[in-house]
Amino acid sequence: MATTNRPDSPDRETLVQMYEIQNKIKTTDERFRSMLTSGQIQLIYYSPRGQECISAGYAVHLRPDDYVVTIYRGLHDHLAKGVPMRELWAEFLGRSTGTCKGKGGPMHITHPDSGLVVTTGIVGSGIPIANGFGLAAQLAGTDQVTVVNFGDGASNIGAFHEGMNMAAVWKLPVIFVCQNNLYGEHTPMSMSTGVEYISERGAAYGMPAVTVNGNDPVAMWHAAGEAIARARAGEGPTLIEARTYRFYGHLMGDAMEYMPKEERKAAMAADPVPAFRAWLLENGHATEAQLAEIEDKIVAMVDDAVEFAMNSPEPSLDELYTDVYEEIIK
Amino acid sequence: MTTTEPRIIPMGLALNEAMDIAMGLDEKVFLLGEDIAEPSGGVYKITKGLSTKYGTHRVRKTPISEAAIIGAAVGAAIAGYKPVAEIMIMDFIAVCLDQITNHAAKIRYMSGGQTTVPMVIRTSAGAGRQFGAQHSEMLEAWAVHTPGLKVVVPSNPADAKGLLISSIFDPDPVLFVEPMLMYWDPQYACDVPVGDNRIPLGKANIVREGKDVTVISYGKQVHDAVKAAEILAGEGVSVEVIDLRTLVPLDEATVLASVSKTKRAVVVHEAVTRCGFGAELSSRIHEELFGTLAAPVARVGGQNTPVPYAKNLETAFVPQVADIVTAIKSLNK
Repeated sequence: MATTNRPDSPDRETLVQMYEIQNKIKTTDERFRSMLTSGQIQLIYYSPRGQECISAGYAVHLRPDDYVVTIYRGLHDHLAKGVPMRELWAEFLGRSTGTCKGKGGPMHITHPDSGLVVTTGIVGSGIPIANGFGLAAQLAGTDQVTVVNFGDGASNIGAFHEGMNMAAVWKLPVIFVCQNNLYGEHTPMSMSTGVEYISERGAAYGMPAVTVNGNDPVAMWHAAGEAIARARAGEGPTLIEARTYRFYGHLMGDAMEYMPKEERKAAMAADPVPAFRAWLLENGHATEAQLAEIEDKIVAMVDDAVEFAMNSPEPSLDELYTDVYEEIIK
Repeated sequence: MTTTEPRIIPMGLALNEAMDIAMGLDEKVFLLGEDIAEPSGGVYKITKGLSTKYGTHRVRKTPISEAAIIGAAVGAAIAGYKPVAEIMIMDFIAVCLDQITNHAAKIRYMSGGQTTVPMVIRTSAGAGRQFGAQHSEMLEAWAVHTPGLKVVVPSNPADAKGLLISSIFDPDPVLFVEPMLMYWDPQYACDVPVGDNRIPLGKANIVREGKDVTVISYGKQVHDAVKAAEILAGEGVSVEVIDLRTLVPLDEATVLASVSKTKRAVVVHEAVTRCGFGAELSSRIHEELFGTLAAPVARVGGQNTPVPYAKNLETAFVPQVADIVTAIKSLNK
């Protein structure tokens, strides 16, 4: 899989940082799937495997006070934005030590300290909310930016169109990242979408838009960097369509009969994470020992998080009634 | 000692004052909605003058995009602002219900209390102007059925002002339902105190004391309940009228204390009767006071139909004073 070689590539530190994020997502996902398959845990799970480079590519440009909004397939965005591993695992497992005290679950991970402010289970609905974060930054006169992630399927729902238009009209500092994995649930994009590229839709709102190979970390880094710089400078929103592929279908247990076997096989053979690893080594950006150390560290981090989550208590029953309102109203 | 002349103003002006006061007190308060900035100041003129005073960055005219309006309010509220979003007419909440029920209402809970959504959705509602089936509904029951939302329905200008200021500074999302017919009609104008006079959410108002029967209502129908009480006073029936002001939180204590005294209750609202808020209220009264009631709780509400256009049909849809009188009398049989 091609990682672009460009003279203006990110520096070595950034490249290695992107790999670390990708590997953290891949390792975490693999652990979730193995524990689900072996029956150690049970939960609804939407694997982000195959889409790692997109999150890593934008996240290295962001500060903790920048906002990220994402969707139920959001584990990669959560980890990239810095949601702590232990609290993330505990939330997925419905434990009181989770990011949301076990009350939100995997589809609603929230960790404001990291800037991961909203994870929604409703396709497309994060887009209008992201505008609110952008508006808050604009009103306060800060240079914070908001990155909102969604899939190709979301580009067909009304909230996308309303939100894109409002962002353009108000020049909001929002980056719309369409992680185009070519399928909306069980339906290929060609059967649901009237354009070949989601980025074509930017023109309808007068918004700069670009299609990028989301599996090319350097290309993604450039596209995100340009959009984020523009937003920080008060020059308004950008739509980035990052083309990628979902390795494991819509959700865990999906038989994937609607995905051509050869297509999936080819995509998995071009797995972007090991490809980027090989590219880093070939181009002398990192050493084998350096990457192995990172990988070992991440395995230890996941081991620790799994143990922490598995040994954490469930929420107390009182939690049923709290956080509905500031005060309990029955 | 200073005495102040009564200041009789309509609800539209009282609401404008509430937003003016809130924006003056806290720069985090801002307004967004269709047409709300100058020169129009909103289709009902409720925000007249505010964009001139506070700027179009704080009184924001939006595209006709209700989901985008509420979404922007939700995000800004999480980020520390206190948005007041206007949805022109309550029927239009159908096109932004996802943002209201799945997001504004649930985000505090889903985040385990880490993020909160202190925002107000103001919306005009109610039949009586021949606007037909899509511009006339009272849909408060939808919101009451969604934990996480507070629901306010004022019945007069002073309450509208005091409740709106409280709602803007409330830590939770509030759906603020404004009876459209009351905005500028002088018959509903009343004395409204100058300044920041807040009325707490969750505190009902006993509008008229009585001993034989309790009529519980909110919004415009409070006035019809009072008229019914006046008619029946002439026939020797003493009617207590309670204005709930807020449906969530509900001042159940005031309702139950009153019905414990009168042993008879009628609940009145304009929304369709089937699964309306009256059904919930009736049920709660029965659950708490069944053995002591002299008669089953009666409900007076809109017909179980869309709101019709023709004047005679529209009038037949909306509960009238005579319907309240009939319901009260039925309890004494």
